[in-house]
Amino acid sequence: MITPLLGDLLLLEWSQLMRIVRLEDYNTRMVFLGTATFSSLGGMVGTFLLLRKRSLMSDTISHATLPGVGIAFLFLYGFTEVGKSLPLLLLGAGISSLLGVGLIQFVRRWSRLKDDVAMAIVLSFFFGVGITLLTLIQQLPTGNAAGLEQFIYGKASAMTAGDATFIFIAALLTTLVCGLFYKELALLCFDRDFAKAKGLPTELLDFILLLLITVTTVIGLQAIGLLLVVAMLIIPAAAARFWTHDLSKMMWVAMGIGLISGMGGVFLSAAFPRLPAGAVIVLMASLFFLISMVFGTYRGLLLGWLKHHRLSQRIRLQHLLRAIYEWLEKHGQCGDILDDEFGIHDIRPFRAWDSGILELSFRKALKDGLIETSKNKFRLTGNGAREALKTVRHHRLWELFLIRYADTAPGRVDRDADAIEHVLEPEIIEDLEKALELESQAKRIPTSPHFIETISRSANG
Amino acid sequence: MDDAMNLLDFWIMVTGIAVALACVIPGVLLVLTRQSMLGDGISHAVLPGLALAFLLSGSRDMIWMLTGACLAGLFTSGLSYLIVRFGNVDPGAALGVTFCSLFASGLILIRFASDKVDLDPNCVLYGTVETAVVDGVINGTIPRVAWQAILLLLLNLSVLFFFYKELVMLTFDSGFAKSKGYPVGWMNVGITLITAITTVLCFEAVGSILVIAFLSIPVATALLISKRLVSIFWISGLVGIAASITGHLMAVFGIPGMVNYFSSGALVIRSLSSSGTMVAMAGVLFLTTLLMSRLFRLYPNSQMRTVKED
Repeated sequence: MITPLLGDLLLLEWSQLMRIVRLEDYNTRMVFLGTATFSSLGGMVGTFLLLRKRSLMSDTISHATLPGVGIAFLFLYGFTEVGKSLPLLLLGAGISSLLGVGLIQFVRRWSRLKDDVAMAIVLSFFFGVGITLLTLIQQLPTGNAAGLEQFIYGKASAMTAGDATFIFIAALLTTLVCGLFYKELALLCFDRDFAKAKGLPTELLDFILLLLITVTTVIGLQAIGLLLVVAMLIIPAAAARFWTHDLSKMMWVAMGIGLISGMGGVFLSAAFPRLPAGAVIVLMASLFFLISMVFGTYRGLLLGWLKHHRLSQRIRLQHLLRAIYEWLEKHGQCGDILDDEFGIHDIRPFRAWDSGILELSFRKALKDGLIETSKNKFRLTGNGAREALKTVRHHRLWELFLIRYADTAPGRVDRDADAIEHVLEPEIIEDLEKALELESQAKRIPTSPHFIETISRSANG
Repeated sequence: MDDAMNLLDFWIMVTGIAVALACVIPGVLLVLTRQSMLGDGISHAVLPGLALAFLLSGSRDMIWMLTGACLAGLFTSGLSYLIVRFGNVDPGAALGVTFCSLFASGLILIRFASDKVDLDPNCVLYGTVETAVVDGVINGTIPRVAWQAILLLLLNLSVLFFFYKELVMLTFDSGFAKSKGYPVGWMNVGITLITAITTVLCFEAVGSILVIAFLSIPVATALLISKRLVSIFWISGLVGIAASITGHLMAVFGIPGMVNYFSSGALVIRSLSSSGTMVAMAGVLFLTTLLMSRLFRLYPNSQMRTVKED
């Protein structure tokens, strides 16, 4: 399947490529304008929809257009015997998807059924009625009915100047409404209950949002096709979520992703006529989604793994240092116990280390200059001693606090403190010192409030 | 000829009923675990599975198509699960991203496959129950889609029978099920698996829209009436049966009859798409129940009150 593509590429001459890139063809120019406008509009409106947790609503709305188209056609047929008038068919589509939206709201209000069921019901019910109407229309004695579906759920490559202008004007209007209600819609999406408590008409705002989606869907359906509309409302917004948590930035990112995938898709399908434009646009957006999911700077996987790795490394080091200190406290012989030497097996019983973790932590501590080694024995460096003191101090302060104020039994307190000690802020430490009246002995390490258990295992266990 | 028609109607209704009942079982689980749109997602996302199966095997054999479609269905829910789990994306959006991307890649694959053979996405995706049944009736045997749907129903029934307790616990309180030591993750995979198999086997026979409808509408209707799981199963089954029978009757007699009557013979309409009318009838049943339940809630015990006033 790659071979035909390569064939196309070889046949594609440079001048032809430049014609496409410079938008010299009238057709390409219109498709380009319409698709780019629509894709960025989808990103913008889709952002609200995503944050309102109703992305699949676009799917329902686009399916719910079908009966409206059928009824509008029958209506026109009854009066004029022609049936195909684009504005009226689109009007029918818009009205029937708004009815679908209304039905979803009713189902949610009148029953305990959730959003997802309501959407599935409306989607299938409306589409089923639509299919019934279409099979009815196909039997009417008019040649016009044929291809009604293609007529409505059009192809990007067949766009005309009128379509592009139509999309452009509708997009401007939608953007205007978005701008007018920006603050209210933002509040609705982030915290509906709060918006309600502030006295905002949340039902009306929900309706406005869905109206925006409906307008976007209907203009997109005719120009670009059913699948592309749904995809462009969901994918760019979902991708943008990985980069930022700021709503306005997220909208810009989503619009950018939509725009680039729209443009790229049109170029690609103009260069390779074999590729369907709609599908290429969607796949480009999916590619952006994948890239965002991995490399995103706000919620990206890579960043998350890095953060997690660093945190767990820090925790492991702190565990090690505390175990070392506890051993030194118990067995230390010199004047300053922190100068004593210890072996790796001395430390092992102080904690239930996962296999290999103790060795790993030793290696990391050596690398970070927290401990130094000579002849199979280890010692804390100055830096390491300071860190060890700090760690143990945090741990014990928290333990004391738990015992005094949270009524935790001394036998259990070690576990509980373990969970929090790694993330204690300096201010909290200060508060703890105050609460435990330790100011006078500010630098001293409190003695452990419980017996430090060791795990007895064979030395090489 | 007349006999053949009656036989045709009979098998269409039998297939519809079997599909409805087979769909109810995963349907209840999906609705209760709030994944109702999964059926819709899967039915779009099987396209690349079909195309790949064709490109790899080089044949349009049923078994290859079904395998490809089932794998694509599983892939859909697995992928959207991964996106939810690791990307922290809203489940609906994750499903949307997945099935749109898969459908798009399916369209492109089909474009390449069509160099070799005509594989029309509409034909693959939107089967109709009438045409599917005709083959068997003409040959005088049980139509393939009918016994396929009945086998599927038996499979789903046995899953329900053997794992009833676990499924109840999972759907009502997955946290509790987990604390009791049930393998919740694997059970969810199992639900997805039977959903994928059901969706694929049924939509090949009766069209995706009827599957999506039968996965959600009867169950939603039952939920309006009852809170007990056992009665939810029974009621949704009954709704499915009623929708199949009335839907087919509407398609063959009801709507054409009405059109012919009101246009006083100017328009002659033969039968319509049974899948479409079955969905429409299911929707009508749901809406009626919704209105009734609303009325009962607005005026609860209206008879009791009049008795008291006396």
